[in-house]
Amino acid sequence: MSEAERANLLLQIYYYMRLTRAMEDRTRTLFLQGRIVGGVYTAQGHEATTVGAAMTLRDGDCIVPQHRDLGMHLVRGVSPRAVMCQWLARGNAPTLGRDGQLHIGDMHHGVVPMISMLGESLPVACGVALVMKMRRRSTIVLATCGDGATSTGAFHEALNFAAVQRLPVVFVIENNGYAYSTPTSKQFAIEQLSQRALAYGMPGESVDGNDVLAVMEVVGRAVDHARSGQGPALVECRTFRVRGHSEADKADYVPSALREEWLARDPIRRFEEYLTAQGLLTAESRREIESRVRAVVDDAVAFAEASPLPDPATVGDYVFAPDGPIAIVGEPGATDPRYVNALDTRTGRPFCTMSQVEEAVTRL
Amino acid sequence: MTAVTYLEAISQAIREEMRRDESVFLLGEDVGTYGGAFKVSAGFLEEFGPERVIDTPMSETAIIGSAVGAALMGMRPIAEMQYIDFITCGFDQIVNMACKMYWRSGIPLPLVIRGPTGGGTHGGPFHSASPEAWFFHTPGIKVVMPATTYDAKGLLKAAIRDNNPVLYLEHKLLYRLPELREELPAEDYIVPLGKAIIRRYGRHMTILTYGAMVHQCLRAAEQLAAEDGLAVEVVDLRSLTPLDRETIKESVKRTNKVLIVHEDTLTGGVGAELAALLAEELFDYLDGPIMRVAAPDAPYPYAPSLEMAYLPGVERIVAVARQLAAY
Repeated sequence: MSEAERANLLLQIYYYMRLTRAMEDRTRTLFLQGRIVGGVYTAQGHEATTVGAAMTLRDGDCIVPQHRDLGMHLVRGVSPRAVMCQWLARGNAPTLGRDGQLHIGDMHHGVVPMISMLGESLPVACGVALVMKMRRRSTIVLATCGDGATSTGAFHEALNFAAVQRLPVVFVIENNGYAYSTPTSKQFAIEQLSQRALAYGMPGESVDGNDVLAVMEVVGRAVDHARSGQGPALVECRTFRVRGHSEADKADYVPSALREEWLARDPIRRFEEYLTAQGLLTAESRREIESRVRAVVDDAVAFAEASPLPDPATVGDYVFAPDGPIAIVGEPGATDPRYVNALDTRTGRPFCTMSQVEEAVTRL
Repeated sequence: MTAVTYLEAISQAIREEMRRDESVFLLGEDVGTYGGAFKVSAGFLEEFGPERVIDTPMSETAIIGSAVGAALMGMRPIAEMQYIDFITCGFDQIVNMACKMYWRSGIPLPLVIRGPTGGGTHGGPFHSASPEAWFFHTPGIKVVMPATTYDAKGLLKAAIRDNNPVLYLEHKLLYRLPELREELPAEDYIVPLGKAIIRRYGRHMTILTYGAMVHQCLRAAEQLAAEDGLAVEVVDLRSLTPLDRETIKESVKRTNKVLIVHEDTLTGGVGAELAALLAEELFDYLDGPIMRVAAPDAPYPYAPSLEMAYLPGVERIVAVARQLAAY
């Protein structure tokens, strides 16, 4: 990588971190204004982990993200408009208003939709990886969970199954100190969650989850391991949830000194300091990035607010998929419209989760 | 051509679909080297290899969850529960992950979950389950229960080819029952999901049933014909979801009396929904109360004397049918 390419990449990372933070700040505002009706879960402080982990991936790889992984979605090409349509429960949101939050996905672009039962996505990640292995692909799956979800049976079953089958999966635990109000001291009795890896027979590493370059290095190593056919790997990114579990949670159970300590380690500010020290981020380039971020967020909110609400007459619809051929995702021709899984057959239009198909969303 | 068992029909269906479609594969506990606890997949490992006949750890959540992930990728996994009782260990993957997937994401999930169901084999409370009502109640999954060897094969093929999660409940009492041996068509066939079949025609009452109880009901119908001169119609539902409302209603409109028989417990069972449906839509046609024969509202017992008392049998069906006929 040339100097210029490296500078470009680092500024791109910075852009995604800023975009993630800005999208969530705006989401919070919309919630406080009463324009988002359901629960709002944000991830201030997780940007180095989510953006950094996703930056290690390539085309054809798949993410299995959770509720605090907006940064991962954005890096992988999920549309900010689609995200805002989800929050505002619009009829043209990826879930057509059936579900909210970041519960979205598009298999053709490698994003598995999550459910609220945290940990349950991990066995699903194994299934995606199983198919990659069967099809002799060099792609991998990156699946995440929080510290709380490591206590579920699904976590254990998934890590064990992935190890036994030598599946190309990287499990990233975002240890942010609390599962709702439960501190990690009441969640598990080991020092570092990466120690769990030993029990399953896979490599495990812990990393400072607020240092985006360190996250990229450690997750990148795990991704290389999985891609080389040696089976799964586990990474614990140690970060902190500086806000509540949801925006309805004041999180007064978190000692203020602890919160202050982590606020001082804010991943965006840290990366800014690094970029500035390296001479890569100037006042001018920073202003330019901020204005790009603002434009994207403004556009996403405006688009979502102008979008239609779901039609109540459709409330009983879409329970079953129609008949017809189904393509194996990722094979040549898999997006041919004759396949039931090529288009969103609920609407007859392309899946609208990704920015690449924004044109189709705009036409709605 | 030789007559095959209900179990062999299941085995044939999976083998033929795996030969026909490279996206079909089987995963579960002991399905490979051992050929399955009941030998449904005996010889599969040799024919299809360990990537398409996957011996898994003892992890129902991983089995069903992996099947969901593979189905998201466009594969058609068949997840075997060694006994259907163990489906509870993977419940969340079914009701929250699989059942809501297409509805909320538009991504179809062509997935079959199957396993040995039902009692009569001295299996006790953890190897005799009839779990259909849980899933019958849950939107987003199809539920089928074959009663015959022909249907066992045809329904399973239809389930594998369907683009949705399908729960295929095979009754283990029927697996090797000699009287269910049947010569099956040499050519490929399916039994479409959502189509009931009238196993015996009659004008005095309709019995709605499914699974192994179909045979108990047919025996009861014979006895009622011989001893009481009653012509009892027996409808085998075959699929619970989608439910063939047309065949049910058409039959009850002709007979004006209906008895519902299932092996599962009474309260909140499939029969309760059938009764509600008929009460709502065919009230004017009914000449008697809608009656039910089902297992008592207690867990499935082990001791043979208790098991005999628990399972609906010909005697109880005949007795209740006579009460109904008297109206």
